[in-house]
Amino acid sequence: MSTYYAGLLADIGILTLGALSVYVILATNQLSLGNAGFMAIGSYLSSFSTVELHWPLTGAVVAAALSASVIGIVVGFPALRLKGIYLAIATLGFGEMVRSFFLVFSPMGGSGGYHGMQHVALGYIWIWTAGILLVILLLERSHLWLQMRAVHDDETAAGLVGLNTTLIKVGAFGLGAAIAAVAGALFAHHHVYIEPGNFGFERSIDFVLAVILGGSTVGVGALAGAGLLVLLPEWLRVVADWRLAAFGALLIIVLLTRRQGILDRPLLARLSFRSAAT
Amino acid sequence: MLAQQIVNGLTLGAVYTLIALSFSLVMGILSILNLAIGELFMLGGYIGFSVIAANFPLPVALLAGMAAGALTAIIIGKIACEPLRDAPPITPLLSTLGFSIILQNVVTNVWGSDPLQLPSELFDDRLTLDSLNVGVMQLAVIGVTIILVGALAWLIQSTSAGRALRAVAENREVARLLGVSVGRMMMRAFAISGALAGAAGVLISLHYAAITPYVGVDTGLKAIAVMVIGGTANVWGALLAGPLIGIAEVLTVAYGGSQMRDFVVYGLMILILLLRPQGLLGGARSDLGQRV
Amino acid sequence: MSAAGPDALLRLEAVGKRFGGVRALSDISMSVGKNRIVGVIGPNGAGKTTLFNLITGAYRSDSGAIVFDGRQITDWPPHRIIRAGLARTFQNIRLFAGMTVWEHLLVTQHPKGNALRGLLPLRWSNPAVTVRAEQVLKFFGLEKYRDVLARTLPYGIQRKVDMARALASGPRLLLLDEPVAGMNHDEADELRRLLLHLNEEGLTILLIEHDMAFVMNLCHELYVLDFGVRIAAGEPAAIRSDPVVLDAYLGSEAAC
Repeated sequence: MSTYYAGLLADIGILTLGALSVYVILATNQLSLGNAGFMAIGSYLSSFSTVELHWPLTGAVVAAALSASVIGIVVGFPALRLKGIYLAIATLGFGEMVRSFFLVFSPMGGSGGYHGMQHVALGYIWIWTAGILLVILLLERSHLWLQMRAVHDDETAAGLVGLNTTLIKVGAFGLGAAIAAVAGALFAHHHVYIEPGNFGFERSIDFVLAVILGGSTVGVGALAGAGLLVLLPEWLRVVADWRLAAFGALLIIVLLTRRQGILDRPLLARLSFRSAAT
Repeated sequence: MLAQQIVNGLTLGAVYTLIALSFSLVMGILSILNLAIGELFMLGGYIGFSVIAANFPLPVALLAGMAAGALTAIIIGKIACEPLRDAPPITPLLSTLGFSIILQNVVTNVWGSDPLQLPSELFDDRLTLDSLNVGVMQLAVIGVTIILVGALAWLIQSTSAGRALRAVAENREVARLLGVSVGRMMMRAFAISGALAGAAGVLISLHYAAITPYVGVDTGLKAIAVMVIGGTANVWGALLAGPLIGIAEVLTVAYGGSQMRDFVVYGLMILILLLRPQGLLGGARSDLGQRV
Repeated sequence: MSAAGPDALLRLEAVGKRFGGVRALSDISMSVGKNRIVGVIGPNGAGKTTLFNLITGAYRSDSGAIVFDGRQITDWPPHRIIRAGLARTFQNIRLFAGMTVWEHLLVTQHPKGNALRGLLPLRWSNPAVTVRAEQVLKFFGLEKYRDVLARTLPYGIQRKVDMARALASGPRLLLLDEPVAGMNHDEADELRRLLLHLNEEGLTILLIEHDMAFVMNLCHELYVLDFGVRIAAGEPAAIRSDPVVLDAYLGSEAAC
């Protein structure tokens, strides 16, 4: 496979994970615009582990994910006090704070960035992506996911039918942070050079865009959205200089006509019936 | 030296105030976060630049920038927000993001992605008071901001148009029942917010005598922080928080290095959200977020 | 005549609640005996829904104690109270818009035991949950609405689902918030028979209602609230002719 296509596929894999990190949090009706912050934590922690501590990559990824989930839980508690747009704005602030933290943090390079990581193959990236996607798909069929959907639809009523909404909402942040950290670790070891600018608001928005476009009510939506976001600019090369404007217009059109995104539960059900019937 | 920094901070703060008000208007009345406002600010700057380059005076540039901002904002409102009135807030938010992507692309194609620069002798006059060295342009920025904010406050408090806007912000359903055209108020809010952002763009671009298509993003996000710190939908809150954050940012750069400044600004925002979520001058809103 | 002894499933002792300067409830004491049907009535604004919200933990009381099955639940968070064996319906229904009827019957069940099982796909984890959901679905005759999203259900079915959801968790005490509001005579009668049947099977019921006929024909005892204060308590026959109660209702009407 040519390096060009390998690069695209790697980007899709990493973006899928980033999108999933937003998806699990959004499933509890919390919009996070700062998951690039958790990605950054994953990138820097895992890079430090492999470059300075000489840990094996998988161990570094797991450690980064666990650390990030702790931070996610810490973020999740004050987040309980905020709703809707204000929560989104707070998470935006969090993401920016993490980015600017790494700007001044000179032990990991500051604005000059960090390097020295070993390049990791496309296959390894996709083992993680496929693995986590599979776990999410299984989780979506669990009792816990039903509880998350109840919290999403009506948090007060959910509490009054016996659901521990605090645990569910904070837990979602913890899980989302861990997944974003895995994305970050893979990103760092694929590009072998990272800098704070990689983890800004645009990155967080990319995650959100992938979920919204691909399908915000199903896990595979993250995969579809990631594929779209990475491949669309390639396909739109025909419009050359107006590529971005075309993308912006496409986004608006999708939001106006099919706001749940491309994939949703009814569509997936129909697709699986059709393939089962053949 | 400190006094100099304070003046610089006030100048930056004035711009933040205008953009924060721009966000605030749409947030307060429509509960929508219009992410395209950063780009309206940028567009205003480019329009203002072009007008000045064509040898028209500053007030004309200002009006042109405001008009461009208002017009574009109305288009965004009509296409991106009005049809999505009943959708969860994330949908119009991303829709405005789509517009910001389009706007940036358009501006880059029309004017190029390299920084535009003005011949610097145009606004270089400086005044000296003791050890203070203030640019005429800085005074213009602060002055125009005060005038615009005053005009906005008068509009909202004392005119029937303002009353109608406040009614829609309070309670959309009741306002509709009382005969207020909610759709028209939405467009009005967009237009005013666009005009403010455009004005800020003209002012800051002429102050720095340079502009790029990317000025909107960073300043826009920080203006959101200013809005939250001052108190959403609160004119005086934005007037207070803008200079406050502007000065904080300038002092951080002067004494802590420019890398720290975003950390400080967003840190303050998160602190406010945790300790006093309604903002410094916000009323005791226990239903914060309910409308959104 | 109120079962204040060890037979009380739910007991309120001098419970009070204030909102800012307004006293919503003052010094409310009452008890709900096991297997009884108890009603709370009173003019609008008397504090009945506030009472429910206090019992279920949605609000925290300023004073007094709430005891459920011998345990002090006064400061417990809602989910803990519910899991102790309480369930409630809502005046404005409050279903989960994006979930199907079937999913409503699953989500309220909290089987004791391995919490990790909740992470496994439902198909493999806990058959008892699906069995019970099936039972409740049939009991309410909701089979044909099984996979319909709550937001598309007709109003009457939504109310049934609200009650089915409450019962799916197998509570010992059911709180009903104005269960017959907007129902016609036949529907109210059907509900009355349903509740009597459930009561015979061992369910204790506490309800808020305005419909006097419904309440008189169903409840073993009544508590009457007015302006946040308990003004009368006793069997329906006694309450019906109590001059204090009549005055509260007529008085509030005369004030209009």
